[in-house]
Amino acid sequence: MTPLLILTGTPPFFLGVIAKTKAFFAGRKGPPLLQAYYDLAKLLRKGAVVSRSASWLLRIAPVAILASLLVAGLLLPIVGEAPLHFEGDLILFAYLLAVGRFFTILAAQDVGSSFEGMGASREAAFGALSELSFFLGLLVLSILHGTVSLNGLFEATSSRLLVAPVIFLLFGTFFFTLLTENSRMPIDDPTTHLELTMIHEVMILDYSGPDLGLILYGASVKLFLFMVFVSQILWPPVGYLGPLAIGALLLKVTGVAIGIGVVEAAVARLRLIKIPQLLIANFVVTALALLVMLFGKGIG
Amino acid sequence: MNWILIGVLLSAFFILGISRLSACIRAVAFQGALLSVLPIFVKGWNDPHALFLFGGTLIIKAMVIPSLLFRSIREATIREEAEPIVSLHLSLLGGGGIMVAAFSSLNALPHLAPPFSPLFIPAALSIVLIGLFLLISRTKAISQVIGFLVLDNGIFLFGMTLVAEFPMTVELGVLLDLLVGVFVMGIMIYHINRTFDHIDTGALATLRDTE
Repeated sequence: MTPLLILTGTPPFFLGVIAKTKAFFAGRKGPPLLQAYYDLAKLLRKGAVVSRSASWLLRIAPVAILASLLVAGLLLPIVGEAPLHFEGDLILFAYLLAVGRFFTILAAQDVGSSFEGMGASREAAFGALSELSFFLGLLVLSILHGTVSLNGLFEATSSRLLVAPVIFLLFGTFFFTLLTENSRMPIDDPTTHLELTMIHEVMILDYSGPDLGLILYGASVKLFLFMVFVSQILWPPVGYLGPLAIGALLLKVTGVAIGIGVVEAAVARLRLIKIPQLLIANFVVTALALLVMLFGKGIG
Repeated sequence: MNWILIGVLLSAFFILGISRLSACIRAVAFQGALLSVLPIFVKGWNDPHALFLFGGTLIIKAMVIPSLLFRSIREATIREEAEPIVSLHLSLLGGGGIMVAAFSSLNALPHLAPPFSPLFIPAALSIVLIGLFLLISRTKAISQVIGFLVLDNGIFLFGMTLVAEFPMTVELGVLLDLLVGVFVMGIMIYHINRTFDHIDTGALATLRDTE
């Protein structure tokens, strides 16, 4: 039960942590930590307006996105053992994230707005490139730990900070994948609303009320999943269920959230044509991690 | 030692993917600084030969050569873009391909004794080949010099495997050679720039006698 509560309850909190960190670096006070919860509550109380040209796709998309992300969350060992696990579930994990993206893209094209179609095409292109390094990274991780299950991946190791070149390379690539997949700063600005370069925000322009709330919540869940993933690569979970494990997890994820905030405060958004290049660089670095893993035995 | 080798490889990729020349020069300087630590790893702290090599490499590779390059950028008033023949995307992918090829040839190459990590030879081979790739895929003379420096860093890595047997004078001779090479290239860049108003070496191909 505890993993489920953490998975459903905490994600919006970390949006607040990121916003606070950014505000701190900009010398501002920033919104309250729980702002995302207030926003969600406000949106859920409103009514939804749906375009006349929209089909059923637009209506089921928010639910489908959130559902796929939550199932992906069940596969990930957040605290202790994952609620669902079997051999090879990391492929399912990656594809459930892809299903979420698929519905975002499909629903963005549903209304027929060219602006949203533009965002959808960008999301598809960058998603395809970042998936390359995501899968290669998963491959390296599973060779490193000698298992093909997410559960084994994060429990096979002892619970201390892993310091090895290959771990740091992997941490780098997955952190970058996190920034790409969650449309964070060097790739896409999550706070912008009136620019031609935005990617994720442009695809959700047609939602309002509870639908928008679900999408926002889904985005925070996705961010949370990636943050858990990234933090567990560097620092595998402590023990099993219990206050210590939960505390350590929340501490780690808060650390990653602050890291994201620092990156967002320090880096300007890239020009759009530079992004594929950076994604390719990320892929090459993952390939380097694979080679180091295979030939250098990873550790030392 | 693995950390240093990976740092060297990453800085080579950085040079492949970045278009600003000053950032490229800084990356080469960083690569030189990383390489200069290697002799100490190989021979230990209290070996005078290693310390001398460390100092010499650090000064020449990480300080003198980059400052010479910065000076020639300033004097030739070069526009700060690399302008490769192959696009930066493709050069990055090419660098990745080179790395995969170099690492897969591991079994064909002789294995090194324990003080060296098993990554040593493949890393050196990738750096040499990436340097070669930079050398042939860039049009500006200054980025070709950068490619040459990366190439030389790879050769330095190879040389590191022999450092126990080599006399110090040979190593220093190689370093001085490099310094003189860069010096001469700096003068050449200056003259190319004086004659053609830019340092795009493509223009050299169209040279002919004036009637």
